[in-house]
Amino acid sequence: MNKDTQLDLWEVFVQSKSGLPHIHAGSVHASDIKMALQNARDTYTRRGEGTSIWVVPSRSIGATNPDDNDMLFDPSNDKVYRHPTFYVMPEGAKNI
Amino acid sequence: MVSLVRIYDNCHCDSVEFNRNLIKDQTLKPFYMHNEHNDQHFQKRIDEGEHIEPRDYMPEGYRKNLIRQISQHAHSEVIGMQPEGNWITRAPSLRAKQILLAKIQDEGGHGLYLYSAAETLGISREEMIEQLHTGKAKYSNIFNYPALTWADIGAIGWLVDGAAIVNQVSLQRTSFGPYSRAMIRICKEESFHQRQGYEIMTKMMSGTKEQKAMAQDAMNRWWWPSLMMFGPHDFDSPHSGDAVKWRIKRESNDTLRQKFIDKTVQQAELIGLKMPDKDLKFNEATGHYDHGPINWEEFQRVIKGNGPCNKQRMEHHVKFHNEGAWVREAAEAYKRKKANKTELVIV
Amino acid sequence: MKTNENLFTYCLRLADDSLILGHRLSEMCSKAPVIEEDLALTNIALDHIGRAQAILKYAGEIEGKGRTEDDIAYRREEREYQNHLITEQQNGDFAHVIARQLYVSLFESLLYTELEKSADKTIAAIASKTLKEIKYHLIHASDWTIRLGDGTEESHLRMQKALDDLWMYTGELFEMDDIDLAIAKDGIGVDLTPMKIQWEQRLEDILAEATLKMPSALYMQTGSRSGMHTENLGHILSEMQYLQRTYPDAKW
Repeated sequence: MNKDTQLDLWEVFVQSKSGLPHIHAGSVHASDIKMALQNARDTYTRRGEGTSIWVVPSRSIGATNPDDNDMLFDPSNDKVYRHPTFYVMPEGAKNI
Repeated sequence: MVSLVRIYDNCHCDSVEFNRNLIKDQTLKPFYMHNEHNDQHFQKRIDEGEHIEPRDYMPEGYRKNLIRQISQHAHSEVIGMQPEGNWITRAPSLRAKQILLAKIQDEGGHGLYLYSAAETLGISREEMIEQLHTGKAKYSNIFNYPALTWADIGAIGWLVDGAAIVNQVSLQRTSFGPYSRAMIRICKEESFHQRQGYEIMTKMMSGTKEQKAMAQDAMNRWWWPSLMMFGPHDFDSPHSGDAVKWRIKRESNDTLRQKFIDKTVQQAELIGLKMPDKDLKFNEATGHYDHGPINWEEFQRVIKGNGPCNKQRMEHHVKFHNEGAWVREAAEAYKRKKANKTELVIV
Repeated sequence: MKTNENLFTYCLRLADDSLILGHRLSEMCSKAPVIEEDLALTNIALDHIGRAQAILKYAGEIEGKGRTEDDIAYRREEREYQNHLITEQQNGDFAHVIARQLYVSLFESLLYTELEKSADKTIAAIASKTLKEIKYHLIHASDWTIRLGDGTEESHLRMQKALDDLWMYTGELFEMDDIDLAIAKDGIGVDLTPMKIQWEQRLEDILAEATLKMPSALYMQTGSRSGMHTENLGHILSEMQYLQRTYPDAKW
């Protein structure tokens, strides 16, 4: 028996200009990829906001658990040597 | 690190029910425990102006409050397509027709953004639509009024969207991330709507005698219901407390209503429209307009279902939803057939 | 008939199809099976109305009597409209909407591909822009045809019925009268004769994938070239023209 649904949920990512990353715009409902892309285009690029669209079924998105934020993200906060400003350069050094 | 999928899974197989139970049953939730410590931490984040995202800890009251508010906001946008949709086929010029169609399309799109935002909180669009149909969820009262003439299209765009803009600008700073982002997107699109309406009124007020009379008549009928859009007076809104505490609601009803009146009166007077309020008067001391009493009896009557269009709006939505069932079922059936042939389609 | 008059009439034929079809599609607002589809159909309606506006504006210039696109759209009588009969048929259920879109979009994709080479620069430019829109319209219509044809038993039956119901209006799309022939001879219009086979072939492919049967009835409706419409057009015009007729001196 076919259940009456509002179809599946897809997340939409839009690239506004080539060279820029795809940014999450929101979601649409659709039953297949082609419909999802068309719906995403109709919903999120009516004002010429995009040159490329990605759609992903929402259930396929993996996400970090906010409770793990301290484990995942804090350790990178104190590895300041990853930032160029950490280093002291001799005066007069160019192009470095 | 555990990779977890979003908690509202809309895969339409039997696991949907299982997943929904997973969300609702707090003890099975691996994500967080509801306790005072977590509530306090949550409130601290709110007070510090942080955004709450779908997977963050939130008290159950916050989630419920938001689901109700966002879904009702979404329903309003969709129902709002009807009064304006009433005049598409009679739009008096090709330009007007395109503009009106584009505006209504935006309203549908806004409903869509808002349904999306609500779905991040664990409710499905099917459930929201069912709540609308059973009356469990409401929509904005203003759309229970009829669009009687072409001038109504002007009045709706100018006044109703104008009032909505005041509210929506405020909501851009709401605490829940997806709702805030949806509001920012909506606000960008909304300003053309108000200009569309005001342009119609302006053209009519500089037109023929009949056009002027039509515009004034529409003004007379839409002004007071537009004021009611902001809800009861502050002293009559006892339930705002949580919404304000949790920064869902950023400004009070009366504050927003006053903003709307102050900016609109000038626009009306500029094009020669009379304000249908004999008590409307600019107050030098406060710098705001004082206005006459709002007919809250009418507001209550309409919101309880006894307005001019309540029945009609709901019947329309139910009818086309039901008539569309076979189409949705067909899309699902086709999807399954393709999946069984193991293509690049994810089921 | 002078060349200008022929060109004017030809423009009306192109524009009226979009004017009336755009109008029919706009009636679908708030009635689609999912809100996303509401947006999709509205987009297609907007494409058509925009196209009608552009072509009617050009028609007014050719006519040289100072009529604007709105004058021509809103102030003609029933017998003066030149839209193909298929465009004025009632929307019916979603299957009928899609079937009509399929038939018309397929035709337009072939027509406008040729019109892009028109000796008339304005028409060629409009055709160029239009082709981008039509590509999308055709994908939308054929995708839905396939989903509905190969969906449930109910959707299959409805889609087949819709195709069968509207079939008798498709023959007219390929008719050419003296004006069409003259315009084609001038290099401005298109010879529709070879197009029918292409149209049928592409249609067959899509219907095959949709598990639907190609309709085969021989009887075809006709008449729009001489302003003989179905009873639908009068009602469409009653609504469309209402404000302009009631307030003839008003500007909107």
